[in-house]
Amino acid sequence: MITQIGDEAKLLAGGQSLIPLMKLRFANPRHLVDLNFIPDISYIKEENGALRFGALTRHAEIEDSAIAAKLPIIHDCAAGIADVQVRNRGTIGGSIAEADPSGDWATVLLTQSTEVRCLSPKGERAVPLNQFITDAYTTVLAHDELVSEIRVKIPPKRTGAAYLAFKRAAPVYPTASAAVSVAIEGDVCKEAAIALGCVGLTAIKATAAEAALRGQQLTDKSIAAAAEAARNAADPQPDMRGSAGYKRALVLALVKRAIEIAVRRARGEQVEVSHIYA
Amino acid sequence: MPETIEKIPLKVNVNGKAYARNIEPRMLLVEFLREELDLTGTHVGCDTTYCGACTVLMNGAAVKSCTVFAVQADDAEILTVEGLEKDGQLHPIQKAFGDAYGLQCGYCTPGLLISTYQLLSHNKQPSAKEIGKAIAGNTCRCTGYQNIFKAIQLAAQNKTGA
Repeated sequence: MITQIGDEAKLLAGGQSLIPLMKLRFANPRHLVDLNFIPDISYIKEENGALRFGALTRHAEIEDSAIAAKLPIIHDCAAGIADVQVRNRGTIGGSIAEADPSGDWATVLLTQSTEVRCLSPKGERAVPLNQFITDAYTTVLAHDELVSEIRVKIPPKRTGAAYLAFKRAAPVYPTASAAVSVAIEGDVCKEAAIALGCVGLTAIKATAAEAALRGQQLTDKSIAAAAEAARNAADPQPDMRGSAGYKRALVLALVKRAIEIAVRRARGEQVEVSHIYA
Repeated sequence: MPETIEKIPLKVNVNGKAYARNIEPRMLLVEFLREELDLTGTHVGCDTTYCGACTVLMNGAAVKSCTVFAVQADDAEILTVEGLEKDGQLHPIQKAFGDAYGLQCGYCTPGLLISTYQLLSHNKQPSAKEIGKAIAGNTCRCTGYQNIFKAIQLAAQNKTGA
């Protein structure tokens, strides 16, 4: 259908970003194709060591899902996005496809082994998330292609992850956010993935921060060094949510806290966290 | 550039009553409720998906009706604030908001009542933290929320007969 009506059409998933953008005339599509009436594109499954989320799965469904809770960072993310009403409508596929630099999902899923399944009349392809989003609001999706599924590999044992987003109020985008995943062996960090949200044109993979942890003893000093490296990786714009310096300082604090929680979770501890409010 | 927009048929159930209308596809659900059905209890506060004054229940889930196109509610069941009272009797949630002074100007109240309705439909005795999470998408600029929390706790008690 989207092939027939041409490139002035847009796909409508949960609409919690696209409809506000249309009201502001930032988006002005001639046609909208509503995906909400397509059956069987909303599901959460565990299969072959991966969690599979149908593109139209609502944040609220992920928040309430026992399967999704196997990856606590995914539950934290779903449960903290905006507010009840937005979570009841907004979808994981829509969030990834929109590629808003302030969106929560891309930041969280960049720390996981995540694959975006893309479907077009020509067939299906799988794109790793780190190659899927190329710029602010820009992805590799072709015009006649849509996100059909998000697939997240279940990490091995002794891996823990945490997501912290700092917000002024529930319905707004975070001022800054940090997602951390660590694999540990005793007190040593074997593997680390750190991503930052809202502080660049896309979610940023803080590779220097990861390197600062990888292979190191997990001490206050190594965690502080990683957080410092993350602060340097942040490239925030000053806006009504805060100055660039303020956002960098937030990144430092969020990464430090997220590492600490991720490590506790990797050790098997149950830690409850959610978005932080000013 | 004004242009004629083809109208689309919509069939929707609102507060237990079936409606059929032909509407422009760009019409928002809140505009449909207020302008087509004259159900003006659902308010437009910010029109930017922030304030929650326009909250209605759509197939059992609270949504901001300023951020849903009316045509998306095709075949849906909608509950608005007008659907809460029965036979001239206020719903226990409405009564609790009155008894606990959970409103001042009342502009945000229809949205808060619906958010409370969704909360209490799956959580009979919510904690203060759970109430906070449930109404985080509803902005009140008068009350400071204290009495709203009290009202929701009172509504929970009244509903369970405690």
